[in-house]
Amino acid sequence: MSDNIKTFRDALNEALHEEMERDDTVIVLGEDVAGGAGGTGDTVEAAGGIFGVTAGLARKFGRQRVIDTPISESAIAGAANGAALAGLRPVAELMFADFIGVCMDQVYNQAAKFRYMFGGKMECPLVIRTAMGAGMNMGAQHSQTIYPLLTAVPGLKIAIPSNAADAKGLLKTAIRDNDPVVFFEHKALYNKKSEVPEGDYTVPFGEADMTREGDDVTVVAMGRMVPFSEKAIDSLAEQGISADLVDPRTVSPMDWDMIFESLEHTGRLVVVDESPPRCSLASDIAGVVAQEAFGSLRAPVKMITAPHAPVPFSPGLERAYVPGPDKIAAGILDCVKGG
Amino acid sequence: MSDYPDDFLTHVYRRMKTIREFEERLNVEIQKGEIPGFTHLYAGQEAVAVGVCEQLDEDDYIVSTHRGHGHCIAKGCDVGGMMKEIYGRHDGLCKGKGGSMHIADRDVGMLGANAIVGGGPPIAVGAAIATGLQGQGRVTASFSGDGSCNQGTVFEALNLAVVLQAPTLFIFEDNGYSEHTGADYAVGSKDIAGRCEAFGMPVEKVDGNDFFAVYEAMGRAVARARDGGGPSAIECETTRFFGHFVGDPQKYRAKDEVARHRENLDCLKLFRARLADEDRLDAATLDAIDEEVLALIDRSVDEAKASPLPDVSEITTDVYAIY
Ligand SMILES: Cc1ncc(C[n+]2csc(CCOP(=O)(O)OP(=O)(O)O)c2C)c(N)n1
Ligand SMILES: [Mg+2]
Repeated sequence: MSDNIKTFRDALNEALHEEMERDDTVIVLGEDVAGGAGGTGDTVEAAGGIFGVTAGLARKFGRQRVIDTPISESAIAGAANGAALAGLRPVAELMFADFIGVCMDQVYNQAAKFRYMFGGKMECPLVIRTAMGAGMNMGAQHSQTIYPLLTAVPGLKIAIPSNAADAKGLLKTAIRDNDPVVFFEHKALYNKKSEVPEGDYTVPFGEADMTREGDDVTVVAMGRMVPFSEKAIDSLAEQGISADLVDPRTVSPMDWDMIFESLEHTGRLVVVDESPPRCSLASDIAGVVAQEAFGSLRAPVKMITAPHAPVPFSPGLERAYVPGPDKIAAGILDCVKGG
Repeated sequence: MSDYPDDFLTHVYRRMKTIREFEERLNVEIQKGEIPGFTHLYAGQEAVAVGVCEQLDEDDYIVSTHRGHGHCIAKGCDVGGMMKEIYGRHDGLCKGKGGSMHIADRDVGMLGANAIVGGGPPIAVGAAIATGLQGQGRVTASFSGDGSCNQGTVFEALNLAVVLQAPTLFIFEDNGYSEHTGADYAVGSKDIAGRCEAFGMPVEKVDGNDFFAVYEAMGRAVARARDGGGPSAIECETTRFFGHFVGDPQKYRAKDEVARHRENLDCLKLFRARLADEDRLDAATLDAIDEEVLALIDRSVDEAKASPLPDVSEITTDVYAIY
């Protein structure tokens, strides 16, 4: 294997190392991000966040810039806001995306609105990194893909990387961006390996990636739904069906042009979203396409989402809950055969 | 202790031992890969759960945490039903939909484990308001950790309970750590009881490995609450015998810490030593309970493994609408 094949986790870790090295206004804060503190053992590098994304940062940059916090999400997000207003570039880790509920005010009322409310005189260059998604049997309060809730808020930017290279490039862009960014990392992707370019590079916001090209249908998917959709599309090749697969990478801003252009060619849209269907990214994309690109459509839009239910614990239920490659393939087939 | 009848002492010992063996067995089964998900074991803290719940009646409530198995057993949840839940089986206490972090059973006054740190205490205040309105002298105990006492939600709950004089018992289990972070670092004042006191409620700080200390402090607090005296807090110093979750390498703890605590701070050993000191119950009686508990745990694991998984149609039941 080439040295450039890295896990999603390591790619994120590299981005943090490189950005902290490049810019000493970048700080990292959150629960156990430095590796734990206090206690009776060796906390120099015991953890690096429970998923290991911040491993090694405390040793390299010190605990003034890599801050272990108590379990206090409102204070974490609020302190990150204040530090951002006062000139730092905080990267706050929210251990699980589900915990956004605890600090929602600081995210959607404070961070999101400063620049606008203060007449453009303030910026809040903040990143909230958070682990999301089902697939690890962690139950209803540790498994959600809660990004639609935040995508709905003007002022926030939302990144949802699907592979290691994008994870690194998008995180760098997020850190350099002057607006608050909520950065969703699917926990089932952390161990996935893929090619990561050498050196310093960024992935711009609002530019989608097309990871499959085809003729019959446009599939839009994000996060873990991208590799699942790739599998689904590849499995349909035997039946002579091919698809464009659009990975928006950031859903706010969103690269509508790539979707519209693809639809001009394919005429059919399938949207795959791990969230429940109501007010989801799936329904959002379907709605915008219905308004802006109706003329391109020759079949009803197909939304493939989780059911309208919390994430169940029991493994069989959770597996059936998450849209997997088979369900996605069936949905694509349905859309293509249906119109 | 001479006041405590034999059947009370054997009952308490059985409860604590049941929690211990439940957790010891889960630790084994999880490492074998038999149990899905994310499991936080309560072993080491049994004297707190049992000391608290023994002062409660079935129609009093408790609100629990992510580390909730001990609270559930102490409040009287069915051990077999809990095991099935943790195995994700259809006849688990929550149909396999909740899992280890979401066990609940209203029938025994267990209003739910909670995977959101700090989620429980405000809920406990609400339950206490409800029982207060119903005017029956019932109370609600809220369990939470040293880590949770740094959540704003917990401060809000403490204050609200005082303002409303809601019959809430705030039980703080200081096991020294929140995940990888020491309480000596994260709890600013290093004094959880002092925080609670500052909100305006009576507090006691007790040795959480001593069943009798917890039980007696809880007795005083419950009597006050039932009598219209409002909320109280109890800080219990204790220790956890496993990592934060099963599989945690625990580098943040001194290498011999768990072994030392298992030697010196084991609430079951301390309980037995105290009985021996005061010449109560012979060892054979307690050994026989040990055997019965082990058999119960064996049986509950066998039954859980043999029990069917939920049908996928369950995904969209128990939720108000389907799209
Ligand atoms: C709101 C929220 N933040 C963080 C977590 C992750 N988490 C789960 S348990 C835990 C530590 C809790 O420590 P403590 O309250 O002392 O309880 P203990 O685990 O020691 O029983 C953390 C940080 C969570 N579940 N919910
Ligand atoms: Mg603790």
